[in-house]
Amino acid sequence: MDILKHGAEAILYLKKYENEIILFKERISKGYRIQILDYKIRTERTSHEAKLMISARKNNINVPKIFFIDKEKFIIGMEFIKGERIKEYLLNCTEFEAKRIGEEIGKIAGKLHASGIIHGDLTTSNMILSGEKIFIIDFGLGFFSKRYEDMATDLMVLKEAITSVHFKYLNTLWENIIKGYSLENKEYKNVLDTLKKIEMRGRYIKRE
Amino acid sequence: MLCLGIESTAHTFGIGIVDEKGNILSNEKDVYKPKVGGIHPKECTEHHLNVANDVLKKSLETAKINLNDIDIISFSQGPGIPGVLRIGAVFSRALALKLKKPLFGVNHCIAHIEIGKLLTHSIDPVTLYVSGGNTQVIAFTEGKYRIFGETQDIGIGNALDKLARELGFEHPGGPKIEEYAKSGNYINFSYVVKGMDLSFSGILTEAKKKIKNHSINDICYSFQETCFAMLTEVTERAVAHTDKNEVLLTGGVAANKRLQEMLSIMCKERGAKFYVVPQEFAGDNGAMIAWTGMLMYKYNPHGMKIYETKINRFWRTDEVDIPWIS
Repeated sequence: MDILKHGAEAILYLKKYENEIILFKERISKGYRIQILDYKIRTERTSHEAKLMISARKNNINVPKIFFIDKEKFIIGMEFIKGERIKEYLLNCTEFEAKRIGEEIGKIAGKLHASGIIHGDLTTSNMILSGEKIFIIDFGLGFFSKRYEDMATDLMVLKEAITSVHFKYLNTLWENIIKGYSLENKEYKNVLDTLKKIEMRGRYIKRE
Repeated sequence: MLCLGIESTAHTFGIGIVDEKGNILSNEKDVYKPKVGGIHPKECTEHHLNVANDVLKKSLETAKINLNDIDIISFSQGPGIPGVLRIGAVFSRALALKLKKPLFGVNHCIAHIEIGKLLTHSIDPVTLYVSGGNTQVIAFTEGKYRIFGETQDIGIGNALDKLARELGFEHPGGPKIEEYAKSGNYINFSYVVKGMDLSFSGILTEAKKKIKNHSINDICYSFQETCFAMLTEVTERAVAHTDKNEVLLTGGVAANKRLQEMLSIMCKERGAKFYVVPQEFAGDNGAMIAWTGMLMYKYNPHGMKIYETKINRFWRTDEVDIPWIS
């Protein structure tokens, strides 16, 4: 078994089954957590993640197809999306491309929120460019909610991820993310207002 | 070459003296202890004002030097409590003008990282900085220390202090919570990780409500296990995200053995190296300000102009240019 990635909470590996290559996402036990908490977190996240992915797919958002769920082993078997992570893509692309990607990312976030899905870890590491499409993966921290506060927090995670990794095109990216987001989530004004409030609540923000 | 650094952001008024090789000649401090509750800004300011001269004297004595031997002055310019920050700022301006030496305003959070790197010999770590006011996961990328995750409300140290007060423990309550947490049964708490960010205030409220129906051991144990697992998870996420292979733990809460243990297990499982800043230098101290002042001096030998040394209470870690790391 070749491990594709040793993420913060799961290992990813591929297995061939009949003619299909299946990506196994297995939430591994963390030695630092007590067993009861470890079990709770892994169980909840595995089942939540599957539910959220199925729901996202129903709402026409590009996510990997799910083939099976093994709750006892904390495994989700899903379609393997070939492509490049947006994180790497953005580090080497032009500003023009960043504009387009930004808008697409915004649209995905908007569609998710309009469908009542909060991703929970909207970072460019969790987006894969496959052909022309951007797929969104890793719903491990996601949940269902229609609250503006939750949507805004989701966007804040995205903004922080972009600020810490993609500061080069930060403004272009963020402007276009908002543009794309506004196209897909008709509640965008309320969400963006809430985002501002959350940012002001943050630590060491200069208050005018 | 000697740098004298003054720490004055919260409880601690500290003065440290270091040389250009990173030898720490002295690290003296006097810590304000509130009679009840948390920091009372005015009382804390008065405390620092009253002890400043003595701490300076002690620091010079320990280093076995005179004030005239000092070449550089630095102080914690922010973030922190405004009145308290001003004591350090005014004191160091006066010293710099009197001695005619270059003056540097240091970012307190960055000073924690730099002294940590100096003492543990870590090179490029993901830092988990946990204190009363601050809880940040920081890593260096493209010229700046960037925040990869932080608390959205109160610091973990503050959460522990507040819980300790509810339980009737004296300040600082963290060590007592740690003691009680050595045995206990897990009771369910919310586990609040939002991406790379954390929130402790909700868990604190839950804990307060549970005090009535559960033993102190169970509360302390479950609170620590939950909050520290969150901190460890977010640190691991930053390590995975940045592909770094060192983790540095610092800040007052770094003294907690259980938190150290959890991070060290996480690092072992990932194949990363784990470093803890020695306790004397993990909490707020003057030596860290002195050492960071020394680093700044190498890139700006004339020092800052007096008007550039205004305190900056909301100064963020990722606003500071770091020319000393290539």
